[in-house]
Amino acid sequence: MAVVTQSQPSRSTYRTQHSPQRMVRDALRLIFVYGLLIGLGILFILPLLWTVSSSVKPIGSGARFPPEFLPTQIVLDNYPQVFRMIPFARYFVNSAFVSTVAVTGELLSASLVAFAFARLRFPGRNILFLVLLSTMMLPGVVTMIPQFVIWKTLGLVNTYAPLTAGAFFGPAFSVFLLRQFFLTINLELDEAAKVDGAHEFRIYWQIILPLAKPALATIGIFSFMASWNDFMGPLIYLSDTDLYTLALGVNYLRSFRGGGELSYQMAAATMFVVPCIILYFIAQRYIIQGIVTTGLKG
Amino acid sequence: MASAQSSLAVGGMARRRPFMTQSRREALVAYLFISPWLLGLVLFLIGPIILSFYFSLTKYTLVKAPEWLGFANYERMLTDPFVGIALRVTGTYTLLAVPLGTIASLLIALLLNQKVFGIRVFRTIFYMPSLISGVAVAIVFSWLFSHRLGIVNFILSRLGIQGPNWLGDPNVVLWTLVLMSLWGAGSGAVIFLAALQGVPQSLYEAAELDGAGSFRKFWHITIPLISPVIMFSVITGVIGTFQTFTISYLMTGGGPGYATLFYLLYLYRNAFSWFEMGYASALAWVLFLIILFFTLILLRTSSLWVYYESAGRGR
Repeated sequence: MAVVTQSQPSRSTYRTQHSPQRMVRDALRLIFVYGLLIGLGILFILPLLWTVSSSVKPIGSGARFPPEFLPTQIVLDNYPQVFRMIPFARYFVNSAFVSTVAVTGELLSASLVAFAFARLRFPGRNILFLVLLSTMMLPGVVTMIPQFVIWKTLGLVNTYAPLTAGAFFGPAFSVFLLRQFFLTINLELDEAAKVDGAHEFRIYWQIILPLAKPALATIGIFSFMASWNDFMGPLIYLSDTDLYTLALGVNYLRSFRGGGELSYQMAAATMFVVPCIILYFIAQRYIIQGIVTTGLKG
Repeated sequence: MASAQSSLAVGGMARRRPFMTQSRREALVAYLFISPWLLGLVLFLIGPIILSFYFSLTKYTLVKAPEWLGFANYERMLTDPFVGIALRVTGTYTLLAVPLGTIASLLIALLLNQKVFGIRVFRTIFYMPSLISGVAVAIVFSWLFSHRLGIVNFILSRLGIQGPNWLGDPNVVLWTLVLMSLWGAGSGAVIFLAALQGVPQSLYEAAELDGAGSFRKFWHITIPLISPVIMFSVITGVIGTFQTFTISYLMTGGGPGYATLFYLLYLYRNAFSWFEMGYASALAWVLFLIILFFTLILLRTSSLWVYYESAGRGR
């Protein structure tokens, strides 16, 4: 940071010396940059806009040619129709429950573990941290079947336990990111608190966690999205349709009479996606800050 | 400052006498803090991995206890034509999606790193698709890429291009899935962007004074300094794409023919459609070893192409 502010003056003086030739070049560069930004931006945003616009198209639009980008007539009834076709509200609540539990578990457990790795001294710390790093590289596929067998043996298939339990045991990636963040907090804070007689848990809870809000928000959002969008987990563990999460429910809709309808599918997809987008906008400020400071960059 | 330091010194003094018990206590507390992870390591990782290897040596259909087979499941894999197909599909997809995805993310990050008006809006636009995954992507793109009625082919036809049968042509469908994966390049771009912003501006200025152009600055400063992030992104990309499942399960069901029979889809069918848990575990172990092999190769060769700064660079 200091480097950047220091170099700022020299850079501006360097810039002010430029010739008309250089100005033309800068202008061309600006046009090029905006051209790419707008062109690619349209490509990236178009599927989203098309989804929302198709969600209010009249029935039968999916089978019409040529396909329209904008609806000829706005039909808002597609949305309540989705609620009538599948127990959408129930699936929404199921998903919200699973994701909330998973996020809570992940934030609590990962921050506890990360606190120890970042700020406490104990024998075996470096080796255990290496183990943690290597588990990040471990493909989940190898544990999938035995985990299923274990949950089945425990009689917990068709409950939310298999979908949420893992979050309470310090998921490695979140531990790693939080540790990186905790390392950036001045250690003197802990020392000072210790002098005042605070024990480790209090330092963790009252000093470190409040300072780590951006990192926690970032990890919370990632964890929420992973849980909300998870398809394979619910597919394997939930067979009772009442327990379905929204990810399964939105797909389930397609198997119903009329579920092949473009408008219904897009209305369901829109409602499925909106919570993630809202959360992202609420936490956007933190996420950018969090990605930069957790050292996700390396 | 001075008072803070002296109080620290006093704290240090006071702690010196019962030093051993103090550090032992701290270690004990630390182990309490990491106990959730340690427990999870045993319950959710090491235990299941061992169990998985045991299952892979048995015939196990969930209804009866596992029946010992030795390495028969692995031998069966050698003669199972679908294993070869699944490996080819998954390997091809990984070989296409990871490099293209990394390059796309990097280019978008470079673009988003430009200091122009309104850049924050563009950052949001490029990141938004990353918020959407799995089911929603599968459903939306099934419509967009529809051969006759899809809007993609309609736009192409307006431009005078005859669009392919995106999801129905076995020679095209993998490319379609790669194209779709690029739509999510924004998540990688955000990480690269953070890395780009960590490159000290002074290096660029020094290079400019030495007369380096944009390309040389990019190639000799930017790329080396962010190469650890590139490597991280390639490794996680390889691990992720080798385990592609949802998109093929929902969009193509492995078809047309077996053109998108991803390894994990075949494994899933063995395990959860046919309840061949033993054989599926063998499949899982082989995929595990393949991924491990590529990860280790990437890590081992990293010293050749990843630039690690010497230690001691302050923030």
